[in-house]
Amino acid sequence: MKLVARLEQSAPIPLAADIACDSGELLALVGPSGSGKSTILRCLAGLHRPAGGSVRCGDETWFDAVRGIDVTPQRRRVGFVFQHYALFPHLSAQANVMLALQHLPARERAAKARHWLARSKLEGLEERRPAELSGGQQQRVAIARALAREPQVLLLDEAFSAVDQVTRRKLLRQLIEMRRSLAIPIVLVTHDLEEAALLADRMTVLHHGRTLQTAPPDEVLARPASALVARLTDQPNIFFGQVVEQLPASDTTLIDWLGKPLQANHHPKAAVGDRVCWVVPEAGVILVRDHQTDRENTFAATVSERLAWRGHATVTARVGDGREARLSFAIGSAVAQRRGIVPGACIALQLQKAAICLLPVDPLGGRQFGP
Amino acid sequence: MNEVSSASAAIAVIDWQALSLSLQLASATALLLLPLAIWLARLLAWSQFRHQGALEAAILLPLVLPPTVLGYYLLLGFGGASPLGQAYHALTGRALVFSFDGLLAASLIFNLPFAVQPMQRSFAAIPREVREAAWVSGLSRWQTFLRIELPLAWPGIAAALALTFAHTLGEFGVVLMVGGSLPGETKTVAIAIYDQAQAFNDAAAAGMSALLLVLSFVAVLLVSRLGRSALRR
Repeated sequence: MKLVARLEQSAPIPLAADIACDSGELLALVGPSGSGKSTILRCLAGLHRPAGGSVRCGDETWFDAVRGIDVTPQRRRVGFVFQHYALFPHLSAQANVMLALQHLPARERAAKARHWLARSKLEGLEERRPAELSGGQQQRVAIARALAREPQVLLLDEAFSAVDQVTRRKLLRQLIEMRRSLAIPIVLVTHDLEEAALLADRMTVLHHGRTLQTAPPDEVLARPASALVARLTDQPNIFFGQVVEQLPASDTTLIDWLGKPLQANHHPKAAVGDRVCWVVPEAGVILVRDHQTDRENTFAATVSERLAWRGHATVTARVGDGREARLSFAIGSAVAQRRGIVPGACIALQLQKAAICLLPVDPLGGRQFGP
Repeated sequence: MNEVSSASAAIAVIDWQALSLSLQLASATALLLLPLAIWLARLLAWSQFRHQGALEAAILLPLVLPPTVLGYYLLLGFGGASPLGQAYHALTGRALVFSFDGLLAASLIFNLPFAVQPMQRSFAAIPREVREAAWVSGLSRWQTFLRIELPLAWPGIAAALALTFAHTLGEFGVVLMVGGSLPGETKTVAIAIYDQAQAFNDAAAAGMSALLLVLSFVAVLLVSRLGRSALRR
């Protein structure tokens, strides 16, 4: 069973989105507020009808603008977990889940509802109303209700954003466990990249309703399709430079950056003289020792900021003298301490050649490189 | 001894025919307005359409219009010379003015704001996501209405019914204009009080006024209690 959708509309929120999610796969839709993430989820569930496109699940067509097909939400068999859970406030947890069991004979519903609540670790809370449950418990009731429908697709809309950090971690762990037994496509809308990276097999980056890139989270972070994707995924190290030499024999494209040469892996599409954008993930920036400064792509830098959190430090350093740039990298807090990485310290940083990703300058003007 | 006899005298002078007519009118109005007002309230709470503002204003109009003005227009609209009056006569053989039927029709119109407003507020308070959650859970629109919307909106619906009932008992101007004061047909308790006061029959006017006062107070009390129980949830 595969969920495939193409969604198009110009208002109220513009959409030009391609979504594909396989059975057992978790696809994260990420993007800033107003990028159309939730609207896409609502289109998949049949709660919003786009102007054009189609939605298919397995061999069923749920929506097809051209053929005039629009299956109602009641007949699509989706499990939907809303951002604020949308539990029925006048009903107990068990009754909430029982309402999603319309496909079963009435006498089997109570037992089945208790089964789903138990799977969500809610034994003993069956008779409580939503107002008598904590945020995390409400979210688990919402997941139990969504799964009780035995859906063909599970849709989660910012399902982890309304709880505190500690509860969120617990719920995320629980979803990761639960996922193993779910052989259906799961689509998760989130604005939290960490959440996407933790849960998703692939992520789709959205901007103004347009899908910019779909790839495994690591790949999106290491190889963003455009400068816009890099910005939307919160990449700190986005810079511009000019191609000065192409050396295919040594697998090198040479860039002028801040008046110094920078080696990247050979990029055949870029021509000498082209202005390019380049990105290096935090993991591609290495703190080198004084005697290693003759290595390729090594730059002198001055530490401007150190933020430490749970054993990790994110360090920002100024590179270059006249035209300055800020490079960000991550190291262990203990290493930072030992090496004297404090604001004002002079260090040397190496940018790993293979980690440097060359991108066209104009993200929306096609994929062409140019002067 | 004297007090008991004056109380029984007050009961004796109550115009039971007018009271019974008022209760019939109030019950029939509340019953017939229930589905119409629920439909209108849901429409206004959840949909957006052209001329929505005009429709809302028209529903609110009986709140601010002098009852005699409303009564005058209804008299024109229901009269034997009007298309509506003629059609009704052709259909049923009865007249729409100076009849219980006409009174009921007028009562439905002047009670619209009292019925629609509280219901509209309580339907509007149901989050859209809750209804959508019902649909994606497999509940049809009708099942969603019965099992989710009605239980959540019932304080507003009950308040609307209580207000409509009490307001119908007390309406005077429109009733007099459209119904006249025909005993057993259109003479409601509010008009009976007026007649008795005009005839200096103080005991009867006082007895019936006290009765209306108690009934109205109970209705308003009910409304406020329902409102509080809705807030608690």
